[in-house]
Amino acid sequence: MGKYIVRRLLTAIPTILVISFIIFAVVDLSPSDPTGNLPLTIPPEVRQKIREALGADDPFFVKYVKWLQQFFIAEPLNFIETTLGVTFPGSEDRVRVISWATRGPVIDIIAERLPQTLWVVGSSYFLGVLIAVPVGVYSAYRQYSIFDQVGTFAMMVGFSVPTFFTGLMFIIVFSVNLKWFPSVYDTTLVVTDMETLQLQLRQMFMPVTVLTLYTTAQMSRYTRASTLDNLQQDYIRTARSKGLTERTVVTRHAVRNSLIPVVTLIALQIPGIFAGALITEQIFRVNGIGQYLIIAIQGGDLPTVQTVTFIFAVLVVIFNIVADVLYGILDPRVTYS
Amino acid sequence: MRIKLALVLCLFLFSTLFGGVAVAQDSSEVTILYWQAVSILNPYLSGGTKDFDAAALIVEPLASIDPDGVIVPTLAESIPTLENGGVSEDLMSITWKLKDGVMWSDGSPLTVDDAIFTWQYCTHPEGGCSTAHYYNDIEDIEDLGDNSLKIHFSVPKPYPYNAFVSSSAPILQAAQFADCMGAQMSACTEQNFAPIGTGPFMVDEFRPNDVVTYNANPNYREEGKPHFERVVFKGGGDAESAARAVLETGEADYAWNLQISPAVLSGMEAAGQGTVVVAFSSSVERIMLNQTDVNPDNPNRSVYMDGDNPHPFLTIPEVADAMYMAIDRDIIAGQLYGAGGAPACNLVNGPPVNVSETFLGCQQDIAGANAILDEAGIIDTDGDGIREANGHPLVVQYQTSTNAVRQNTQALIKQWWGEIGIETELRNIDAAVFFGGDTASPDTYQKFYSDVQMFTSGTSGPDAETFMVRWICGAAPTPDNGWLGRNVPRHCDPEYDALYDELTRTGGIEARAELVKAMNDIIINNGVIIPLVFRGSVSAHSNTVGGVNMNGWDSEMWNVEDWYRM
Repeated sequence: MGKYIVRRLLTAIPTILVISFIIFAVVDLSPSDPTGNLPLTIPPEVRQKIREALGADDPFFVKYVKWLQQFFIAEPLNFIETTLGVTFPGSEDRVRVISWATRGPVIDIIAERLPQTLWVVGSSYFLGVLIAVPVGVYSAYRQYSIFDQVGTFAMMVGFSVPTFFTGLMFIIVFSVNLKWFPSVYDTTLVVTDMETLQLQLRQMFMPVTVLTLYTTAQMSRYTRASTLDNLQQDYIRTARSKGLTERTVVTRHAVRNSLIPVVTLIALQIPGIFAGALITEQIFRVNGIGQYLIIAIQGGDLPTVQTVTFIFAVLVVIFNIVADVLYGILDPRVTYS
Repeated sequence: MRIKLALVLCLFLFSTLFGGVAVAQDSSEVTILYWQAVSILNPYLSGGTKDFDAAALIVEPLASIDPDGVIVPTLAESIPTLENGGVSEDLMSITWKLKDGVMWSDGSPLTVDDAIFTWQYCTHPEGGCSTAHYYNDIEDIEDLGDNSLKIHFSVPKPYPYNAFVSSSAPILQAAQFADCMGAQMSACTEQNFAPIGTGPFMVDEFRPNDVVTYNANPNYREEGKPHFERVVFKGGGDAESAARAVLETGEADYAWNLQISPAVLSGMEAAGQGTVVVAFSSSVERIMLNQTDVNPDNPNRSVYMDGDNPHPFLTIPEVADAMYMAIDRDIIAGQLYGAGGAPACNLVNGPPVNVSETFLGCQQDIAGANAILDEAGIIDTDGDGIREANGHPLVVQYQTSTNAVRQNTQALIKQWWGEIGIETELRNIDAAVFFGGDTASPDTYQKFYSDVQMFTSGTSGPDAETFMVRWICGAAPTPDNGWLGRNVPRHCDPEYDALYDELTRTGGIEARAELVKAMNDIIINNGVIIPLVFRGSVSAHSNTVGGVNMNGWDSEMWNVEDWYRM
């Protein structure tokens, strides 16, 4: 197992490098302009000067190598310095990954935004799994029952209606008509007492519900399918013929085995928590990573788009390895030797 | 166990949730919603209007521009003019005097050195300052003592109100930005995120691309202002939901730039929570009539050639007049642009001082247009419903960029022109191509391979000189200049050029306005441009906020110190 993990990690390095190059090429080739949002009255010469000062007109490879150097050398060194409180030589001249829009370090903004994303998207995943697993298992156990039919219908709706639509519906119903929940997420709110906690929960309600609906739909379909497969296996018949109670048969035997693919699926979707939910965050103005990426794309802020998408890519690669390893741990039939 | 935990959590969640939303109606705090989030608070590194506006609460210029396009003092004691001697007779210098006793928010006094520093800071060759053009042609700035400064220009400046005027060119504190010159400009993150200013508010916390919170500046020069103690400047989302937050849910007090369908916006306004406000500057949507031949078989298609390549019928004054008269501007502005549009009969529609009265209030007159064409002998000779001029049927190709409002405008105009015997073929081109300026593409607005075309433009400030230069002889796009000329309709009139020449040498707002009006009349009379809609910017504020004075020439936040809770 140890050998397997090491081998996977080593092969991940070239993968990640290739990904970084492809992302950079795609972002750089796109016809976006960091001066594109400036008022039309600003003349082309001034725009040209701004682009020169940003280094936006540098040749492709110069920009790419600069970014590699900043991301893989300057940023880790800076991280070590700030966490351990030491100073390496040349720390004054080290250039970190700097956003073209804010002119500040990209990593600092990501760190500032990560908690909001983890709270909103993370809790929707948590709730989604919490609801999806029992629903999926029960649907499978009582296949074609009313519960299963209604559940399947609801999950299909949840799965196929896009979040930008449910988000908008929620705003119109709950904010405009009922005035229960705010449609604008107050990112300056600090939870200090019961009252602010209540405000925080209230403003999280709509984005979390919209995302939970989607996650639940997806997860419960997987759980149901997987449980159905297992309930038809010989070992279930054996368990029943041993005289075990239905409860034990389902929870001890069927569910345990059915959850193996579900756990893998959850692991594979964890990068999504970090990536945030682009559209939902944008609709409700949650200052998460997803919204940051949208703003950076709109503003032609290449270093930010590059860094954020690259971090997602790294997370996807890592959690793929995690999912494979988990599979090996949970399922004794799978061995990595 | 886990299920129990989840149940408890759910119960807790619901018990805390209900009880009505607290809306933003705090008397000490105002919430401003921009659907583009603020990235930086140093206006000289701004990436868009949103950054200028967020900075306008903190830093101030010597003078601002009011909603009528008039220069009014901010940090300056008064506006220097030719009459009061503040602008020299040779137009080579301007002298400003600062108000006495103005303090920065950190308690130190504002001095002439701060202004001189700001000029040097923004014009540093390695800097990449967003509004460097505001400081063009400045040779030197002299400290005259007694809080006065004299700007020396390298060329005569008939309109000297660019440097230190408007929220695009405010004064920064020299002490704070001293180490941020040139290449260091971007590296000064701390300064760029929290500039010290003389304005009504100062930064409390700034989260880039998300939200800015401000506190009132205790050292602000006007007693009792600002009325609010705190400002929350929230960014992100989209225009429609920003409008909804102000007009329907009341969560925010002000929403910026609401470019959404007029029907949707007026529906939201009907909820009665807020008011839609519009500010006009000088943007005008207009049709240009190509003065050159655009026949595809002509090797010199759309090239001016000193007038030897004229358009077969668009150069006939009666045809252009009839096309001008056939249009109902009230319908276009009212139905398609809503609050953000007003009928436009002139090329120059603002500021008020520059607006000619010759054509004001023009109305649709189909019968009159038909009569003009009949009298000129331009009649339908072959009975196909299309008039002919010198044997050429009046068939025009009408191009513009792809955009729902523009295509609806095209459809309306095609119908009206049809009623006066002019057949119109419509064409729309993707905005990226049409405005892209690719010299290899036949579809750019500069090449103008079409009889008429439509788009918006306007002056870059209240002064019209840089706008009027676009219609002088010799400025037409041609293959020789890479199709880069600004005179897109290929207009040429020696009388117009003489007036323009005078404009470049004349100081004084009034005298310049007379010239601009005369030039506007020539352009309209010559039938080169058919103005359609005067376009404004649309915002909305809550009915509980007073003092908002929407401004199209300067930042919408230009008078935020006067805002108050009703």
